[in-house]
Amino acid sequence: MTYATKSPWVIHYDASSCNGCDIEVLAALCPGYDVERFGIINTGNPKHADIFLVTGSVNERNIHVVKEIYDQMLEPKVVVACGICACSGGIFHDCYNVIGGVDQAIPVDVYVPGCAVRPESIVDGVVQALGILEEKAKALAEGKAPAEEKEGGE
Amino acid sequence: MGKATVIPFGPQHPVLPEPLHLDLVVEDEKVVEAIPQIGFVHRGLEKLVETRDYNQFVYVVERICGICAFGHSMGYAETVESLMGIEIPDRAKMLRVIWHELSRVHSHILWMGLAADAFGFESLFMHCWRLRERVLDLFEATTGGRVIFSVVKVGGVVRDIDDDQLKRFVDVLEGIKDEYRQICDVFLTDRSVKNRTVGVGVISHDDALALSMVGPFVRASGVKQDVRLLRKAGYDMLDGFETITASDGDCYARAKVRALEVLQSIDIIEEMIRKLVPGEIAVAVKGNPADGAEACNVLEQPRGECYYYARGNGSKNLERMRIRTPTSQNLAGMTTALAGCDLADVNMIVLTIDPCISCTER
Repeated sequence: MTYATKSPWVIHYDASSCNGCDIEVLAALCPGYDVERFGIINTGNPKHADIFLVTGSVNERNIHVVKEIYDQMLEPKVVVACGICACSGGIFHDCYNVIGGVDQAIPVDVYVPGCAVRPESIVDGVVQALGILEEKAKALAEGKAPAEEKEGGE
Repeated sequence: MGKATVIPFGPQHPVLPEPLHLDLVVEDEKVVEAIPQIGFVHRGLEKLVETRDYNQFVYVVERICGICAFGHSMGYAETVESLMGIEIPDRAKMLRVIWHELSRVHSHILWMGLAADAFGFESLFMHCWRLRERVLDLFEATTGGRVIFSVVKVGGVVRDIDDDQLKRFVDVLEGIKDEYRQICDVFLTDRSVKNRTVGVGVISHDDALALSMVGPFVRASGVKQDVRLLRKAGYDMLDGFETITASDGDCYARAKVRALEVLQSIDIIEEMIRKLVPGEIAVAVKGNPADGAEACNVLEQPRGECYYYARGNGSKNLERMRIRTPTSQNLAGMTTALAGCDLADVNMIVLTIDPCISCTER
């Protein structure tokens, strides 16, 4: 991918993260890393968003919120799991109230590890997500149904 | 008055970086009652003491919250040290105070940014977060981490800060202080900020005491409560400082207390660096906490008093670890402040208590 055909908008949800990854997601958007200069905006509305950034692992209480946000997002859409908790549960994987990574709830396209995940990694993950978004948009334009399940990260 | 309607607020909401759910009972535009629902971030990490030994648990405690990370690891380590009767070197205590106060600076500037975002002052939000990056650079240079540091261990600290680094540390802090004064000035004198904060979400002095509130939230209602004044664990080496309080108990008073505490924390760090004694940074820790031994500890986190309790059982694992975090104390104050406010002020009031949901639910 040499250039992006559109500026993606992101939506962020803190599943059961410790805030560490959340503030790094915000830090990536703010001066310092400043991805807003590429038109990437953090929106609160799932219908406006192209990329879903999830931090933290899922539990019984928030799994339906994660699914709800994902379902409300319009195709094409990609999911980026930010941080090791979102990837696999991380240090909390054996806690009684942790089901596991976000992929237990919704299909994940890009896994970004780290505890806490660094803004550079998030930016890198979003760039990879852009490539996937482009592919999905192309498939959609050719009339193919969106791929429901995509295994593994990039 | 119209009839009462319930508006759900959160857990996914643009102004909330964290998942908190409030059922707002409103009559027309007035909030009559706010009923919080929590549990979205509960992980159950206190039970992990059964599978992680007391040294490993420092890293679990640190991940209670990514904003108060250093405070939690420091509070836990102090608790286990008093449980096992370990006296740590002075230099380790002082380094802990330096990092702890620096994390207060980072936390308060972060909060000011979020508050600016809540009242729609986008450029102030960006300026706060730009300045915060420089604080994080200091953390990264001295600990290696930006938000999770893993620099505390039972018996001391893992890394030392050498003299060259200390000199740079002070230089950077001075620069931050100058820039911060400008932001602080906007926060405390700008008319558009005052319009949104003065007289909003008032908590009286008596209510603040009755609701057992802690931290800047209670200090803004005129209660002089600060655990640092106990002058223990490194704070006894300071010349002394005045607790910053305000008397109005509204959103503006809370913003003011936090805004001034940043400058105070920078002064504390500079004093500590001047007084830093040479020597060891850790002592060797042998053995396990005794069966039935108990210890408790309090620490002034950026959000207020945090209480730690630990009990040993003679093995490498603790029998029980209990942490009472500041935000869980402040939720009652938040719902009281919300009752009777305008619907449009809800996000402002929620933010001015500086809620940390992942601390609350653990």
